[in-house]
Amino acid sequence: MTAAPEGDLDPEPELGWVQAEVRHEFPELRLLWVALAARPGPSPPAVSDRLRMLSDRFHGAQAIAMRQDPIPSAYRIFFRHIGLDPDETRTPLEAAAVERLVQGGFRSQNLVDDALLIALTETGVPVWALDADRLDGPLGIRQAHAGEGLGQGAAATPLPAGRLVVADAESALAIVFEAPALGYGVTPDTTRMALFAIQVAGVPAIHVEEALWTAVSVLDPGSAAEA
Amino acid sequence: MSPIDQSRLIELTPNRLGGPTRVKPRRDAPSTGAEDDARRELRAQVARLERELSRCFVSGFPRAGLDVSVPAAGGPRLLGLGELERLRDELSERLRAARRALALRGAQQERNRVLLERMLLEPGRYKFLQIPSSDLGEGGCGVWRVRPRFGLIGMLAGWWQVKLSSGCPLPRGGRPARPPEP
Repeated sequence: MTAAPEGDLDPEPELGWVQAEVRHEFPELRLLWVALAARPGPSPPAVSDRLRMLSDRFHGAQAIAMRQDPIPSAYRIFFRHIGLDPDETRTPLEAAAVERLVQGGFRSQNLVDDALLIALTETGVPVWALDADRLDGPLGIRQAHAGEGLGQGAAATPLPAGRLVVADAESALAIVFEAPALGYGVTPDTTRMALFAIQVAGVPAIHVEEALWTAVSVLDPGSAAEA
Repeated sequence: MSPIDQSRLIELTPNRLGGPTRVKPRRDAPSTGAEDDARRELRAQVARLERELSRCFVSGFPRAGLDVSVPAAGGPRLLGLGELERLRDELSERLRAARRALALRGAQQERNRVLLERMLLEPGRYKFLQIPSSDLGEGGCGVWRVRPRFGLIGMLAGWWQVKLSSGCPLPRGGRPARPPEP
């Protein structure tokens, strides 16, 4: 496996590829990703405080009404278009809102999860993190091949053919809108991360870039300040 | 993308309200462009229906108890034409049911508001009747009640009045019971 080149360590988002068949069906579907040098760890107090402040923005009424807002609505519609029921498989922002209501606030977990949660709640656009050193080439979206598996080694699970996945040049890394498969996610040994976001019809590009920039600024405040 | 089934050629007629599209079987051979147009139209209809359904859900929440879920089987994938049609039809059916439920609920609330007006005008005709605020389409836990003024005296004298209860119970609950004496 070839690691993503060192030159990718730039906070400027790159446009991922989308398989022709998928692009034909969803012309406005995009994947944007960015690689950066960052290590996981506990969140500094400033990040925990930011999460606490964000908790105050989410109330029960808002959690119900957010499905009418443009960005959550766009993801709900896309979920319908790809055969998911957004009332059963919640869109990332609605899932975060429900979690916040159940727990009484956003709980700080670790720097990576907190950065992704902050990006999601501030922009409405979900962001996921991968270990950049385990990637082989740029990221994209495609349908799973027949007999393909998700994950590495013995932990790999078979994927039904046609399942929409986020992939690199070699392997399927995650089912779209789900957490990365075992072996590709961020671990304590990670030194470089690849963050990616999925843009669907109705979501302005600036929100997606803002989501990535927000996550980068939390994970690596120095690089975001330079950008 | 699934191959085109020749027997399932369709002709789509856009519906102004975003409801189900009339689908007519055709005998002539399809072009890929025709299927693309059909899929695009179906996706647009699904989007419209989803937005309408969300609007109904939010306007009816929490009392209407609307079921807006359209169960989906399988994970994320490119849906075939038939699947898109089924999804559109189910969403349309859900939307119809949600609108019907909202209309029924609205009519019931209207009747209750008229009843409350009558209670206020002639409380003696509606002795001990009570209407929760939620049945009037209002928030809170208040209940409108027709009660006798001064208890038993008012009941015997025919002095009736309409009272609005104070609201929701405290989150702490009632006063704690006095501990048993040793």
